[in-house]
Amino acid sequence: MEQFAVKVFVRLRPSVLDPAGEATKSASIKLGAEGIKSLRIGKMIEVKIEGNGENEVREKIDLLCDRLFANTVIEDYEYSLEKL
Amino acid sequence: MDNFTVGIVVFPGSNCDRDVSWALEGCLDIRTKYLWHESSDLSDVDAIVLPGGFSYGDYLRCGAIARFSPLINALDEFVKSGKRVLGICNGFQILTESGFLPGALVANKNLNFICDDVELDIVSSKGGWFNNGDEKQTIKLPIAHGEGRYHCDSDTLKKLIDNELIALRYKNNPNGSSFDIAGITNEKGNVLGLMPHPERACDETIGGTDGLFTLKSLILK
Repeated sequence: MEQFAVKVFVRLRPSVLDPAGEATKSASIKLGAEGIKSLRIGKMIEVKIEGNGENEVREKIDLLCDRLFANTVIEDYEYSLEKL
Repeated sequence: MDNFTVGIVVFPGSNCDRDVSWALEGCLDIRTKYLWHESSDLSDVDAIVLPGGFSYGDYLRCGAIARFSPLINALDEFVKSGKRVLGICNGFQILTESGFLPGALVANKNLNFICDDVELDIVSSKGGWFNNGDEKQTIKLPIAHGEGRYHCDSDTLKKLIDNELIALRYKNNPNGSSFDIAGITNEKGNVLGLMPHPERACDETIGGTDGLFTLKSLILK
């Protein structure tokens, strides 16, 4: 068995309004940061997982992302995978 | 209808379960039974209410973890058999997360937790959940949510409109919901999800009785 460290990024789809992102953008501007064109907030999920090779682990992570980590009606996901 | 029993699902964090029970038993004389979320035996209930609250702390997304409870797994067969399921607030969120109803519920546009009475237009009474007479009907129900903004893609919205699946629309959209949607049904009409709380509008002493009709319709076949 090999162990992998996976970082999953879940983001609201571009078509979905992100009011928390908008509020944070507004605060960033009040802080004096200039030039912010867009600010959107997502989630990052770190998973340590073992399996027989990268392909098997990717299958598991795909299932988790699709069924649990993200709601694909409103969110997109991507992930990076590193062998430990 | 003497033995008709409505199951009220209790998740860790449900907080409107007792309100629903009070409204059904005390105001409508309908028998209720609490169903712990780990139970999957639905054989002795005739209809089910998924009440409001915060199932599993609403971690990840509202309703996302509740969806994997044994009870929600058992709900599929219950719904297919044509029995009635009413999801209120967090219950509506669970019904969308688990795919019984289309779309999703996300953070209110203004990020506020909104606790207020709202006026609602009855758009469709598919499934007999609302009293929709000849004239356009408006009812007033309380809302109390932070994540009640209904969202769906344009194809889904068209399908909802074309198939008369939109049950309720806000008169003055409080949360930024697409198309002012406050409640929808499935195609068969036996599943209704709505953000407003009918169980909090079942007695004049607490401000109105516009929720009675919907709760009473749980006993429809």
